[in-house]
Amino acid sequence: MSLGFLGGFALTLKQVGEPRVTTPYPGEKVAKPPRLHGRHVLNRYEDGMEKCIGCELCAAVCPADCIYVRGLDNPPDAPVSPGERYGFVYEINYLRCIHCDLCVEACPTEAITESKMFEFSFTSRSDAIYTKEELVVDDDGLPRHLPWEDWRPGEADHTSGWMRATSPSGAVEYEGEVQWSGELGFGVRPPEGGQSGNRNDEATGNISIRTVERDKISRRLGGRVRGT
Amino acid sequence: MILLSVLHPLLGTTDDPLYSGGVGWVVFLIVLIKVLVVFGALMVAVMLMIWFERKVISDMQSRIGPNRAGPFGIAQTMADGIKLFFKEDLLPDQADRFVFKLAPYLALLPALLIFTIVPVGGVVTIAHHTVELQVADPAVGILFLLALSSVSVYATMLAGWSSGSKYPLLGSIRASAQMISYEAAMGLTIAMVVIVTHSLSTRTIVDSQAASFFHWNIFRLGILPFPLFAVAVTAELNRPPFDLTEGEQELVGGFHTEYSSLRFALFYLAEFMNTITMSAVMVTLFFGGPDGPGFHFVRWLWPILWFAGKTVVFMYVYVWIRAALPRLRYDQLMELGWKVLIPLSLVWLLVVAAFRVGTVWGLGVFFGGVIVGSALWQAVLVGRARREVLEASRAGRRGANDSYLRAVPEPDGGE
Repeated sequence: MSLGFLGGFALTLKQVGEPRVTTPYPGEKVAKPPRLHGRHVLNRYEDGMEKCIGCELCAAVCPADCIYVRGLDNPPDAPVSPGERYGFVYEINYLRCIHCDLCVEACPTEAITESKMFEFSFTSRSDAIYTKEELVVDDDGLPRHLPWEDWRPGEADHTSGWMRATSPSGAVEYEGEVQWSGELGFGVRPPEGGQSGNRNDEATGNISIRTVERDKISRRLGGRVRGT
Repeated sequence: MILLSVLHPLLGTTDDPLYSGGVGWVVFLIVLIKVLVVFGALMVAVMLMIWFERKVISDMQSRIGPNRAGPFGIAQTMADGIKLFFKEDLLPDQADRFVFKLAPYLALLPALLIFTIVPVGGVVTIAHHTVELQVADPAVGILFLLALSSVSVYATMLAGWSSGSKYPLLGSIRASAQMISYEAAMGLTIAMVVIVTHSLSTRTIVDSQAASFFHWNIFRLGILPFPLFAVAVTAELNRPPFDLTEGEQELVGGFHTEYSSLRFALFYLAEFMNTITMSAVMVTLFFGGPDGPGFHFVRWLWPILWFAGKTVVFMYVYVWIRAALPRLRYDQLMELGWKVLIPLSLVWLLVVAAFRVGTVWGLGVFFGGVIVGSALWQAVLVGRARREVLEASRAGRRGANDSYLRAVPEPDGGE
């Protein structure tokens, strides 16, 4: 009859004094990883023109068949996008979307990227279909804060993370090389930290999960106390 | 509860000074007030105990625990109770209807009644009557506790059997076997307390420990009976680590699987009420009950506070045990009860009884027990070692016969 179980008592008693690892959601949100796939946004160039050219490649590649695109010729006196056509109808059904972001990979103009917003819900199926007016970024280049979505300060800045982290050709030598055009309100954004390890968290606005988790590390290892 | 308290002068001789002048309406009123206060306090205490357990367990598991309902989540138990009240009350098709409805009350009654014999405080004077601060003080005292804990076995057994399905039946069979086995160890340790106190009445037990700190029964009996009693009582209550019979991972819900709504709430209530009551009984039997230094003003309050404080310490220990220990498997549980607790309590009972006769006898039996015990332990160890050698040699001989394995060609590198 070994007395090894006394170690269990010591550990549980010690943990009463350790910080709690529970995040008091929804008062405080768990930090989102840099390249989280959330709700999509339709980007615009720095001069305000929309990037989407209505080519329907995203709809073609979507495995869940959730994107509906129809293009129209640009009216010559008031072009919406630089080029011949623009996305006239653009709808995404978020009940079908699996957030694989194949559409982001497929887009030739980096028109569709994703934000990190996933805290939205609906009460009817038709409410789940986001139209182009809701998806297009506003005049500051930020995603629109729709009334049923739970945005917190600073969350809207972090869009297009995954696009800027992976190399479009897949070749690791091109990771971190700027191959995208400027965005409205942000200009040409710096590359995200990819797998090669070159990170610039201040410029890209990333929240390192490591820094956030530091709060949950026990005090004797240098962490801070949190929660009641 | 009222019936008991009023009838107990008739149940046997009693030294309760409240009844020394006959039972008038003042006495009846005092008893009524005592009953109501204890009933109310017990209900509130159960609510707080459930919250306390959830909060302490979550502290030990680096979580926050309930913190939404009321400040620090205190109203969580109330909210759960109200929710349970509004749930659908199911009666399984194969269930024995009368027994199914009866079992939760059979579980609740002992939990309520055992607390009546627990001395909560000292002796005060109300309206020219000497009142002991406990609901009832019959001469049979502690025997009442043993009797009622046997009745609670009925509750478990009947609950599972009357549910009319497999898992509750298995759970209740295991639970009742477990409770009966540990009752023996419980009774033996209580017998030790009674030997030293010369009386079964709980008031006498508490008074005999009041002389000084070292007169507490835990020291007077040697330290051993207290852990034996504590383990026996934990198993009796189906508390972790002995909660195999009601663990969700084992048997769905054990004997209370088929119960819903208020009936389940009654089982839940009964379990936590039993926990509080048994902590109180442990304090009474081994730690002097309300004994402790006090001040001269508000003299009646300090014993109550001492009693409450000690009980809270034990409740914390119960929750701590729940957080720290994994569940015992059924055979480990039964082995612990029959092969460890009962022999140890029997031997210690012999030692205590021998010490009552005379110190020489006591020391003689003690050392005799140590010698015989170590001889037996040596025998057990030798038996284990021999069995290992036997199995090793048997495995070796079996290995020589594994020629069928050689039929498979060995993977060779070059060829």
